[in-house]
Amino acid sequence: MSGFVIQQPGLLSLLQDRGRYGAHNLGLTTGGPLDFIAFDWANRLLGNDANATCIEIGFGGLTLEAEIDTSCVITGAEAPCKLNGDAILQWQTIDIATGDRLEIGFASKGTRCYLAVGGGFDIDPSFGSSSTVVREKIGGLHGDKLQAGDRLPCGPGRVDRQLRLNEADRPEYGDFALLRVVTGYQQAAFAPGQQWRFFNTEYRLTDRCDRMGFRLEGETVHSDMVGMLSEGICHGAIQIPADGQPIVLMNDRQTIGGYPKIGSVIAEDTARLAQLSPGAVVKFEQISIEQAHNIHCLQQAQFARTEPEPC
Amino acid sequence: MRIEVAGQNALIVYFAEQSSAEVSAQIQAAVNNILASMQDCIVDLVPSYASLLVIFDLDRADYFDVKRKLRGALENLASLDAEAGELVTLPVYYSTESGPDLEIIADNGKLSVEEVIEIHQQREYRVYAIGFAPGFAYLGEVDERIAAPRLATPRQKVPRGAVAIADRQTAVYPAVSPGGWNLIGLCPTRMFDPERDPSMPVKAGDRVRFEAIDRADFLGLGGEL
Repeated sequence: MSGFVIQQPGLLSLLQDRGRYGAHNLGLTTGGPLDFIAFDWANRLLGNDANATCIEIGFGGLTLEAEIDTSCVITGAEAPCKLNGDAILQWQTIDIATGDRLEIGFASKGTRCYLAVGGGFDIDPSFGSSSTVVREKIGGLHGDKLQAGDRLPCGPGRVDRQLRLNEADRPEYGDFALLRVVTGYQQAAFAPGQQWRFFNTEYRLTDRCDRMGFRLEGETVHSDMVGMLSEGICHGAIQIPADGQPIVLMNDRQTIGGYPKIGSVIAEDTARLAQLSPGAVVKFEQISIEQAHNIHCLQQAQFARTEPEPC
Repeated sequence: MRIEVAGQNALIVYFAEQSSAEVSAQIQAAVNNILASMQDCIVDLVPSYASLLVIFDLDRADYFDVKRKLRGALENLASLDAEAGELVTLPVYYSTESGPDLEIIADNGKLSVEEVIEIHQQREYRVYAIGFAPGFAYLGEVDERIAAPRLATPRQKVPRGAVAIADRQTAVYPAVSPGGWNLIGLCPTRMFDPERDPSMPVKAGDRVRFEAIDRADFLGLGGEL
């Protein structure tokens, strides 16, 4: 089957759908797009199924050649994008013809771009999902990041309506994020003074941030736990090991672990955290489970009500 | 039993402060009840030593709804029989060739290598949790005489099928990976095969027995040295 051929794979280009659910009992993690907001917009602008497979382009550097006529959208991090050498815009549908060369350069603002094509890439799911988790060697084409020469199958998918998302409606990727936290798990094992410190200081992203977890550094926080039984880890959980430096666990986290956790960052905010680079600053804010639900509902409603404009 | 918030779309049920065969059976009964009555709003369940993480679909249910239904599902837990769960026998080629840490464990416990092999096979282990990697089943608990701390320097490469001990836990490595557990033998049974259904020979709550096989049988069953 024809589709796209990878010429330069970039640093970390991964096929992803919305994620793998229902396989935690086998020890398989979720995977899926680190920034689901940019991912969802890429599919929406093409009228794709919400779960259609896209490429998450980590840090950029991807070049592909089309073997079919289709349309594409690039959302997420700001990166210089070109079609046959000419600059093209992000967050809008672009028509692609057989033989065209599509280039996504290195991200200048944000870290993850999402490339969607009309109808999505046609990838056989494993355990119900096409999402690539390199650590598990599961998903994607062969359980790995994209390589030069890989052929990504997809059907012709030219769309009739050219759409773009108004600039005012796009997320902004800066060098700060407020991370809202639903407290829980071992929160009680952190003395009030430790909790106060955690929620009142700024943390910096270290260079040890990947799809498993984002390691932060700042004021140390300690719990009173002495050894705990391993337990299930949900998305966004903030693990604080003995060195007192928090780790926010992301899409490719291990499904169980034995370090104390103070709570979990909501998905709307891990999406923003994922677009930050080492050195960026984050601050945690405690919210209630009610607020966490409200933020989710509002995000969904806003997404549904925001109409892209014709271009 | 305590039901607590874990995240925006997750609750965690704590069954006890310590793990035991009874607690494990209770968690398995809870998993069965939840799968039977709440499947429409549950995304993932992660049973572990003494807890169960319940991840729900935020577009279909909310925390309060899930908590209420969960209380119902936890009310009448079927048999708390510690004998619940399927019994799975895994063959092991124990030897110093396939288990480079057998002698260390023997020295630790002032035992002979043969005794270590014998003691590892004597017990029936329970699958307390699956995690770390796809198909990695944490089995407990081994006899104190063969319990051994993790290696000070983890190995870069533990072979697939390695049967290992860390503290009072034992496990079979489902794939080649780095690891710090003490290696005592090799199991030819694939612990995780994505091409097969089911992809794992065990699930949480099952019971496992190890049975010694010789080198020829190990190779005959598809084992690789």
